[in-house]
Amino acid sequence: MDRHEVTMIVNGRPSTVLVEARKLLVDVLREDLGLTGTHVGCEHGVCGTCTVLLDGRSIRSCTTFAVQADGAQIRTVEGLADGAQLHPLQDEFWDKQGLQCGYCTPGMLMRACEIIDQNPDPTPAQVREGIASNLCRCTGYQFITEAVCAAAARMRADSESSTGAQA
Amino acid sequence: MKPPPFHYAAPTSVAEAVELLAAHADDEARVLAGGQSLVPLMNFRLAQPTHLIDLRRVEELARIRTEGDTLVIGAMVRQSVAEHSAEVALGAPLLAEALGYVAHTPIRNSGTIGGSIAHADPAAELPAVALALDAELVVAGPEGTHSVAAADFFRGPFSTAIGPGEILTEVRIPRRAGGHAFVEFARTHGSFALVGVAAVIELAGTTVAKASLALSGVGPTPVRAPAAEQALTGSDADADAVRAAAAADVLSPAADVHGDVETRVEIARSYLRRGIELALQRAQDRR
Amino acid sequence: MTTTDRGGAPPVRTHKTDRTWVGKSIRRVEDPKFLRGRGGYVGDMTLPGMVHAAVLRSPHAHARITRIDTTAALAAPGVHAVITGAQAAELCDPLPDFGPAPAQHTWRCLAVNKVRYVGEGVAVAVADSRYLAEDALALIDVDYEPLPVLVDPEQALREGAPLVHEDLGSNCAYERTFQFGDVDRDFAEADVIVTDHLRWHRSGGQPLETVGAVADFDLATGSLTVHTNSLSFTSYLFMVAGTMKIPNNKLDIRPMPAGGSFGSKLFATKPAVLAGMCSRAVGRPVQYLEDRVDNISNCDHHGSDRVYDVQLAVMRDGTLRGIKIDTVDDYGAYIQFGVGHHGNALAQVVGPYRISSVEYRVRAALTNKNQQGAYRGFGSEVNNWMLEQMVDKAARELGLDPVEIRRRNFIREFPHFIPTGNVYDSGDYDAVLDKALELSEYEHWRAEQAKAREEGRYIGIGLITAQERSVFSATEFWFWFDEPGAPVTSMPESVTLKVDATGGITATLYSCAFWGNSPETMVAQLVAEEFDCDPHDVSIVYQGSKNGLPATGPGGSRTTVMLAGAVEGATAKIKAKALRAAAHLMEANPDDLEWVAGGYQVKGVPEQRKTLAEIAIMLHLFKHSFPEDMESGLEDSKVFDHPYTTMPSADRKDLGVFYPFMGHACHVPVVEVDVETGSVRFLAYAAVHDCGTLVNPRSLAGHIVGGTAQGIGTALYEEFVYDDDGQLLASSYLDYLMPTAMEVPELRIGHHETPSPYTLHGIKGGGEGGRMMAPAAINVAVNDALAPLGVRVTELPMTPERLRAAIRAAKAARA
Repeated sequence: MDRHEVTMIVNGRPSTVLVEARKLLVDVLREDLGLTGTHVGCEHGVCGTCTVLLDGRSIRSCTTFAVQADGAQIRTVEGLADGAQLHPLQDEFWDKQGLQCGYCTPGMLMRACEIIDQNPDPTPAQVREGIASNLCRCTGYQFITEAVCAAAARMRADSESSTGAQA
Repeated sequence: MKPPPFHYAAPTSVAEAVELLAAHADDEARVLAGGQSLVPLMNFRLAQPTHLIDLRRVEELARIRTEGDTLVIGAMVRQSVAEHSAEVALGAPLLAEALGYVAHTPIRNSGTIGGSIAHADPAAELPAVALALDAELVVAGPEGTHSVAAADFFRGPFSTAIGPGEILTEVRIPRRAGGHAFVEFARTHGSFALVGVAAVIELAGTTVAKASLALSGVGPTPVRAPAAEQALTGSDADADAVRAAAAADVLSPAADVHGDVETRVEIARSYLRRGIELALQRAQDRR
Repeated sequence: MTTTDRGGAPPVRTHKTDRTWVGKSIRRVEDPKFLRGRGGYVGDMTLPGMVHAAVLRSPHAHARITRIDTTAALAAPGVHAVITGAQAAELCDPLPDFGPAPAQHTWRCLAVNKVRYVGEGVAVAVADSRYLAEDALALIDVDYEPLPVLVDPEQALREGAPLVHEDLGSNCAYERTFQFGDVDRDFAEADVIVTDHLRWHRSGGQPLETVGAVADFDLATGSLTVHTNSLSFTSYLFMVAGTMKIPNNKLDIRPMPAGGSFGSKLFATKPAVLAGMCSRAVGRPVQYLEDRVDNISNCDHHGSDRVYDVQLAVMRDGTLRGIKIDTVDDYGAYIQFGVGHHGNALAQVVGPYRISSVEYRVRAALTNKNQQGAYRGFGSEVNNWMLEQMVDKAARELGLDPVEIRRRNFIREFPHFIPTGNVYDSGDYDAVLDKALELSEYEHWRAEQAKAREEGRYIGIGLITAQERSVFSATEFWFWFDEPGAPVTSMPESVTLKVDATGGITATLYSCAFWGNSPETMVAQLVAEEFDCDPHDVSIVYQGSKNGLPATGPGGSRTTVMLAGAVEGATAKIKAKALRAAAHLMEANPDDLEWVAGGYQVKGVPEQRKTLAEIAIMLHLFKHSFPEDMESGLEDSKVFDHPYTTMPSADRKDLGVFYPFMGHACHVPVVEVDVETGSVRFLAYAAVHDCGTLVNPRSLAGHIVGGTAQGIGTALYEEFVYDDDGQLLASSYLDYLMPTAMEVPELRIGHHETPSPYTLHGIKGGGEGGRMMAPAAINVAVNDALAPLGVRVTELPMTPERLRAAIRAAKAARA
C-alpha cells in the first residue's frame, strides 16, 4: 500500500515520517517518533488515554490517521515539562496523588491543559465535566479534580505575576 | 484493533473530491470527514473501505455563514467550532445546545457537523436536530448540487439520501422563533443516548402556535412526533396537555443491551415531556 | 465462635507511637516517571528484530472446530508464522491451573478441537507489525460446527445439559456444603427466618492498559525471557516453565509496570505463554498485547457471577443468629483459581456481626463464557453485598432501624474467631459507625429524605457496615478438599535492602510488579522509618523471577503488610551488622550503643557516634579493619512468610486462620432515583475505613475513592452481558459502561485506625475496600429510596431496565 509523507510539529520540533495512510496517529507518535507517553487504551475513541493536543485542541490519536495530522502542531505529555521543571499540572497531580497506575495520566494531563486554556478558573464541577471525556480506572477522579483546580490557580498566579512584572 | 489498508487522497475542492469518488466508483470509496465514527468502525474492521477521500483540505466546506434567515454550516465545520460559534448561537441555538451532548470535547474537536449527519446513526443528536429544524441538506455530485429536506434525508440506520458518488456539503437551517430545548438520556456522561429530544415551540399569546419535536434513538432513523406536535398546537400546554402530548405518539425503539423496548419507550416519553417543558419555559421566558 | 485465644497466633506487638514517616501523605515515589510519560509499560518496549502477534478470536460461544486453513495467512506480506490451537498444543502444555481436577477441564493458550466461549483464541499470527498480523488473521479460514450454548449457570447444572467439558462429565466443577457452628439450633430457636434470592452479574477490572508480554526465546541457550505487566506468584512460575516445556531455571519473567490491574493481571499467564511460544517458533522477540476486545472477551479475569438463595435466622429484637447460604457461581468456561473466591467470602462471611453459625453451599458452574479470574474483592465484595442485603431486609421485616440492627450485633471483643475459623485480629466498629454517621450528616439526610418524599421525590440513604479482609494465606486454595493435591502452606514476600558505600539505600522487590498500588512508596516510607532517611532518597528496583527470592506479589490486599514484614526483617539483619561494625569502629560494647537519627551512638554520649554512611563505607572498602568473620558490604534480605496461618481441621468444620488482618468500613451514599427512567444519581457519599495503622493516608484515600468508583460501576453500569446465544453484547466501551467523573460523586473520607496487634506498626491491607463496600451500600440506598413504592431491588447492576421493571412490578402488585 502506498505511503504518505506526513510532517508535523511535535512538541515544537518539526518531524517528517513516511507512513501508510492507515497508520493511526498514536502509533506514529509511539513507534515512529518514540513518544511512548501517549498510550493506547481502547482504540475506539472512548477511554481517552491517547489524548493529545492538535493545534491546541484535544483529540483522540487512536481515531485519527496520522495523514489527517499532516501540517498540524501536536503536543504530547513529553512536551509539558521544561527540563527538570515539571509543568504545574504535573506537579499538582503529583502533590494531590491525581494518579495511581499512571496509564490515563498523559491523556488526562493533555485534556486538563485544554480545560485550563479555555477556562483559567474552572470550578471543580466544570473540571469534572471536562475530564469526563477521559476514563480513569484507579483514582475515582477526585484527586485529579483537585489537582487540576490547584494547577489552574497556580497558573493564574504565575500569569498575573508575569503580567505584573511586565507592567 | 488496527484498521485495514486503504488508498488515501486529500483533495482541496468539492469538485476534485467528487471527481475522485467518480474515479473509484467501482471500489469501495468513502468520504472521510472528522473520522470519529468511521475510524472506530475501521479499527474494529467493521468498515473496510478501499479508498478514503479526506475532505480536511476543502476549505469551502469549513465555513459558517448566515444568508438572511438561514444559517449555513459547511459539512466540515468541526462540532466544537459550531458549538461555540456566535452565529450558531443566534441562528440555531437548538443545534448549539445539542452539540454539547455529542460525546465529549475531544471527539467534537475532530468530529464534523456533516460527518455526523451523513453517518446517520439513529441514536445521534445532530440528525434529530436537523429533522426538528426542517434543515435542508445540500449534496454535491457529478450532476451538480441539490438539496434534500431533512424529512426525506434519513432513510434507515446509517443510511441517507446521499447517493453513490455524492458528498454532503452544507446544512441549511432556517431560523426559528420561540423556545428550543435539547435533552437526552444517556446512561453515563457522553455515552450513546437511549433517547434524545429536539424541541422548538412557538407561542402566540399563551397558546402554542407551532411545535416541532424530533427524537433520536426510538427508531431506525430520527423521527418527528407528529401526534404530540398536533396535540400541543393550539393548546395552552398546561401540565396535563404536555403529559398527554408526550404520550401521544407510537414510539418503536429497538431493544439493546441498555434497555428493553418497554423501558426505552418509558424513558423516551419521559424525556419528550421534559423537552417540551423546557422549550415551553424558554418560549415563555422570551415573550 | 469463640473469642478465646487459640494456638498459632504470633506474639502481640507494642507499636511505637512516635513515627516520622509512617502515617505521612508524602508524594508517591513512583509518580515522576508516569507524569512525564516515561512509565515504561510493556507496550512501550521494543527489542531489535521484535515482531508482533495477534490472536484470532472465536465468534462462536460453543462450537467444534472442523477445519482451519492458514495457507493464505501464511502467504500474506510480513507474516512470520501462524499457529493454530492444535499446533500450539504440540508446542506447549496446558496453562497453569489451580482449579479442581484441571485435567478434566484442560485449559490451553489456544482452543483445540472446540471453542467454549466467544473470544476464545483459535490461532495466533506473527508479523512485522500488529497491523500486518491483524491482516493475516482476516485470511485464516475456520469452519465451525455450532454446539448448544449454555449461558445460565443454573441451567448448566441441570441433568442432561450440554457439556462444556466432556471429560468432566458434568458442568459442576465443584460442589460442597460446609457447616460451621450449630446451624440447626440457631435456626430452630430463631423468631424469624428472613429469606431472599439475589443475583450479582459479572463485571471486571478493565484496566486501561491491557495485558501484554514481550518474549525473547534464546535458541542458543534454550532460555526464555518474558517482560510482562503480570508478574506475580513468582514461587509458582515453575508452572509456566512447565507449560513452555523448559526447565524452570531457563525461564526469567521480568516485571513491567502495569497500567492498572484491580486483580485482573493476577497471574495472567496466557499472554506470556502466547508470546513465548511465538518467539520460540520464529526465533525473534515477539510482542503480544491484548487489544481492548481481547481484554474484554478473552482476559480470563471476569469477576464474580453469582446466584444466591439465603436464609438468615433472626430474633425479634434483631439479634442475628445464623445464616444459610446457597450459592451458584458461574465460572465461565474454565476455573483457573478454583473456588478461591468463596474462601474470600468465608474469611468474613458473618461480617462485623456476632452470627454464631453458618451453612455455606457452593456450586461452581461451567458455562460458555470467558472464565472468572480476579477482580478487586475476589468474591468478598459479593459476600458483603449479600449479607448487607439480608441484614437490611431483616431490619425492614422486623421494623428495626438499619443503624440499630447493625450496632446491636457488632463484635466488640478481639481477637475474635468467626464460625469458619478465621480470626478478626482487631477492630472498633462502633467508632467507625459513629464517625460515618457524623461525616455523612446522616440525620440531616433523613430529614431531607422525609421532605423529598412529600414532594414525590425518591431519596435513599444506604448505610452498610462491612469487613475488609487482608493478607491471605495459602490454605484457602486447598481447604476445599479433604485430600488436597498440594496443601501448600506459604505465600511469602521478600525484600533485599542494600546500603551502598555512601549510605544510600536501595530496596529490591520481588514479584511485586507495580500495578497502580504504591509498593515503592510503601517500602520507601517503611525504610525511611527504620533508617531515618528521606523516603524520596530510597531507590527501588524490581528483580525478575530468575534471580528472585520467594515472592507472591499483590493480591488480597497483602502488599503493604507483607512488604513491611520483609523490610523489618531485612532491616534487623542490616542493623545488627551495622551495630557490630559501629561498636568495633568506636571500640565500644554493642550493648552500650543505640540507634539515633540515622546512626549508632554511645548511650548518653551523643557526640560519640557513627552515621550509617560512615559505617557503610568502612564495611564496603575496609573489610580488613574488621574481625575476620565480617564480610564486606552491607546488604541483606528477608523472606517474610505469612505471619498468621493455622491449618484447617480434618473435618473442615474449622478452616483455620487464613485472612487474619481484618479491616472494616462504613459507607453512606445518598442517592436520588428518577423513577421515570430508573436512573440513579448521588447527592452525597461518605466513607469511613479502618485499615489499621496508615502508612500514607492520602494513598489509601485514593484507593477508597477509586474502589468506590468501581463499586459504583458494579452497582449501576458495568456488566459483561451475554445473550442467549452466548454472544458478548458488551464487547467494547460503547456498551461496557464505566463511570466517568460525572458518575462518581465527591467522597467525604474518614479514617479510623485500630492497629493490628500482629503486624509491623499495626498495618492492615486496604487496597480493595472501596469496591467491597460500594455495591452493597448503593443497593441499600436505592432500596431505601424506593421503599415507599414497595420496591426492593435484588439484582446488580441496577440498570434502568431492571429498576423500571421492579417499579412496574410493584405498581402492578399494588393495583
